[in-house]
Amino acid sequence: MGYADRQATLASWDEGKTLAAMIRKLVVQVDETRIEMGRHIDPPVRKALAMAVIDNPCAGRYVEELDELITIGEELGALLGAKAVEALGIAPGEAHSYGKAAIVGEAGELEHAAAILHPKLGAPLRHAVEKGAALVPSSKKRGGMGTAIDVPLGHKDAAFVRSHFDAMEARIGDAPRANEIVVAVVVTDSGRPLPRIGGLQVGDIKGDDGLR
Amino acid sequence: MEATEIRRQIITVEDIFHEFGPRAQEPLRRGAIATVLRNPYAGRHEPDILPLMEALNPVGVAMARELLRAMAVPESRIEGYGKGAIVGEAGELEHGALWHVPGGYAMRELLGSRTSRDAYVAGQDNAPTGQPGNALAIVPSTKKVAGPGATLDIPLTHINAAYVRSHFDACEVRVPGSPLADELVVILVMSTGARIHARVGGLKAADIRRWDGLR
Repeated sequence: MGYADRQATLASWDEGKTLAAMIRKLVVQVDETRIEMGRHIDPPVRKALAMAVIDNPCAGRYVEELDELITIGEELGALLGAKAVEALGIAPGEAHSYGKAAIVGEAGELEHAAAILHPKLGAPLRHAVEKGAALVPSSKKRGGMGTAIDVPLGHKDAAFVRSHFDAMEARIGDAPRANEIVVAVVVTDSGRPLPRIGGLQVGDIKGDDGLR
Repeated sequence: MEATEIRRQIITVEDIFHEFGPRAQEPLRRGAIATVLRNPYAGRHEPDILPLMEALNPVGVAMARELLRAMAVPESRIEGYGKGAIVGEAGELEHGALWHVPGGYAMRELLGSRTSRDAYVAGQDNAPTGQPGNALAIVPSTKKVAGPGATLDIPLTHINAAYVRSHFDACEVRVPGSPLADELVVILVMSTGARIHARVGGLKAADIRRWDGLR
């Protein structure tokens, strides 16, 4: 199946938009904790993970310019950010923390994950969660099918908020194939279940510099 | 705190567009819901565990509804289902078996089965005659005793005829960090169709004739 065919069929679900990424699978997961160590968590802690399994257009050889992956990163920031927010059923501004990660299949290069995650994925993700003054924490690795990656999480407007340092495990049983990349975005509407180690509190966020 | 009070829940919805063949017009959608509960029988041998089976009925019904809502499809689109349970290390495989009736009937009732839960519990599933509603097939299942983050492969079959070959599938489900030793993870899975490039012959969904849950 050729690239053009895939574009055409992808367009049918993406409301007419044409994606550079050739997506094999989309996975959306919501993890909700209502009780922790016998204590009720009210409102519950909720973390939403959106993942795309995509073809790695640079697999199997050394490619100097990674622009294609950078473009894919930009569109996945929008798509996966929107999917995660939608899964939580919240308004964008109600998001608390976020994170991103990628697992590159074995015919790819760690730099491919960097190309997807770092240059352009952040801006559309920030748009999906409104504001997002803070750095989007990230992790990346090479791996085979079923590799799990811990997506680091931090508060979207102030990286020093200690109650929101967390992580969510991302894993797909049959991905990444050697020529694929798994791209993951996590958005939450809460911090850890029972935070009590002090530090900067949500109520004290200034939100100007992305740190405090 | 009641044993059936939900501690944690993970819902996963997956859209499969292709597996290196022609891209499907409509992606296959598979959804899984995994609910973490306290195991009231952990750490001892309790001879009478049936009260928990009864208590799990409303949990199953709520889970089936929640899963369908997350999958965002009408119930008429559901073509495959499966269920399973993971028992934490202080429990016993038999505790996982408690999920058979509440898990199975939750989905079957939601999808329009007219077979009787009570008859099944009594060991005398009522044989349907003629065209007897929807969700006729037994809900396939797996269970195991395992530690936090264990993976369980949930088998899937067609909701009306277990022999429909295109719908034999399995869905990997795991909850990172669960079950703890005194917990149970109960799982339901539903799907909207056949494997994405199903082509190994056998009974087709369009050829179901006996309406006996098998063919």
